Amino acid sequence: MNGLKNPRILGTLAVLLVVALTPIAFGDEAYIMRVITVGLCSTIAVYGMNIILGFTGQLSLAQGGFFGIGAYAVGLLTTDFDWSFWQAFLVGVVGTSAIGYLSGLIALRTKDEYFAIFTMAIGFIIYLTISRWEAVTHAHSGVNNVKFPAAGDLVDFSNPTAMFYLVFAILLICVYITYAIRRSSVGRTLLTIRTSEDLADAIGVNVGLSKQLAFAASAFFGGIGGGLYASVVGFIGPDAATVDKTFEFLMFILVGGMGTVAGPLVGTMIVTFLFEFFQDFQAYRFIVLGPIIIALVIFAPRGIVGYLGGFVDKRARQRRIGSVGANASSRPHDSTGPEASARTGTSADNVTTTEEKN
Amino acid sequence: MTLFTQQLFNGVALGGVYCLAAIGLTLVFGVLRIPNLAHGALYMLGAYVTYFFLTTVGVPYVAAIGIAALILFVLGVLLERLVFHPLRNAPHTHHMIAAIGAMFFFQSVAQAIWGADFRRMETPISGSLHILDAEISAQRIVIIVTAVVVLALLTWFIKRSIHGQTIEAIEQDRTGAALVGINPAMVSMLTVGLSALLVTIAAGLVAPINLLSPTMGDSLNLKVFAIIILGGLGSLPGAIVGSFALAIAETMTATYISSAVGEAVAFVVLVAVLAIRPTGLFAKAVQR
Repeated sequence: MNGLKNPRILGTLAVLLVVALTPIAFGDEAYIMRVITVGLCSTIAVYGMNIILGFTGQLSLAQGGFFGIGAYAVGLLTTDFDWSFWQAFLVGVVGTSAIGYLSGLIALRTKDEYFAIFTMAIGFIIYLTISRWEAVTHAHSGVNNVKFPAAGDLVDFSNPTAMFYLVFAILLICVYITYAIRRSSVGRTLLTIRTSEDLADAIGVNVGLSKQLAFAASAFFGGIGGGLYASVVGFIGPDAATVDKTFEFLMFILVGGMGTVAGPLVGTMIVTFLFEFFQDFQAYRFIVLGPIIIALVIFAPRGIVGYLGGFVDKRARQRRIGSVGANASSRPHDSTGPEASARTGTSADNVTTTEEKN
Repeated sequence: MTLFTQQLFNGVALGGVYCLAAIGLTLVFGVLRIPNLAHGALYMLGAYVTYFFLTTVGVPYVAAIGIAALILFVLGVLLERLVFHPLRNAPHTHHMIAAIGAMFFFQSVAQAIWGADFRRMETPISGSLHILDAEISAQRIVIIVTAVVVLALLTWFIKRSIHGQTIEAIEQDRTGAALVGINPAMVSMLTVGLSALLVTIAAGLVAPINLLSPTMGDSLNLKVFAIIILGGLGSLPGAIVGSFALAIAETMTATYISSAVGEAVAFVVLVAVLAIRPTGLFAKAVQR
């Protein structure tokens, strides 16, 4: 109940509600529904990036590759091997996580810039494998007629709205996992690593293992997003695994706000709509969007949700100072509940601000 | 054997191109501590600007490369001033993201001006030489010779000239260099400008062999990063050795195994080396 008073949780729920209601507005327009559903698939992959980049502070550029592995696992298993979607999806997600974990074993031996470029190389190797291994992946002809999920006679997932709600339900789980991580000691461990790896090590955090798990988790989300994407679109080509895909994800998370619970969703939805808006200019859209990315990093590195969060904290702090002054004489015990939550909010914010100043 | 000699020369020529691109990148890393992900886009712009002066304006080949190199130098300085300088105190992820934004911007601009189609730059230097039975095109000889000359000049510039020495000073200790009166902001601009100039020479040299397209820098970008990571970020000898080693490995595997393996070999080598030495082959002591 206390959670409902927290503006961050309220805001996240409001955004989710808006997204959940989009089929009411656009339910008849299959194209728009598909764009939104594809956006939700990317969102799931961006949540993976949020864990490794937003929480742990490691720039992983392999996310597009993991997305591609998930997509191709579902695509190839449901067509060439005639598995059902669910079997293929399960194998795809487990497989992507395993590949993520294994590549993390080597990748995480490197740090900072080395890690970023190393993961970019991993992403590129995945892309090369997909685009050149013709015998298995059909290279540039791609995979056609990827199966929709089957649910007996209950739901027909070839209906765009049904597919939307399936992806949305899985996204909800991902948002909840992110929220749970952020609140738990795991999340605080990751934030400590982001603030200072040496500090985390000194206070007894198992830095290696934590980063390893965060990296595997990012691959896990990437695999889920990719697997759903293959089924939503029905056709996949090597485009699904390019390094550009990773850069797209990076822009989504940057606009939304790194290390926040609602950021990836907000960022992905906004930028997806911008992309659609600039659809006619396709190739030229980055003449506008490129400088926007640079300006965002320079002037607004915390993203939309990050700023809203900062604003909320500032108000909470002002209110607390005000209420402490007013209640000092009359009712000192009344305001412990909200005050305690405001205090934890402030400490979380302090972690963010120290990181920004590094 | 003939094929082998031929491919060896091709590999060395490719190595020269990689080397010119990699040295600039590693210098930028040494001074600014930024992996400039827009480097491949600068290479692409360098090729297009050379193409523009050669074909549209009609100046001689060498002059076209020279003018393009100067224009790109200015562009590099602007990139540092407008993008990297404001981010000098930001967490390291932010530069990389900004560089990615710059990269997309450059690609879109090139596509808006010159279109997405492949373009061919006519070879102004024709003919070929016979060395040990192998036929080597004159363009590749020019690439090798130019790369060696430019590398020699660059080494002289960094080791002997006062402006070059400031680059090395900042690389070694930014605060210390500032204390003895070197302006880090100026050196940063000089370095990014210089890296753009070097990569333009590489692009102008290789453009007649390859086709031009707005995304031509992408694969070079990844390979050059593999090279400098392999050699150790910020290390000049590492960049030179890495360039030639990877280029020869690439041409050889492409000839004797398959072109796909040739494309991937740089990254496979990178993964193998980093698995054993996470800071690259020639890494300097870690500065913090």
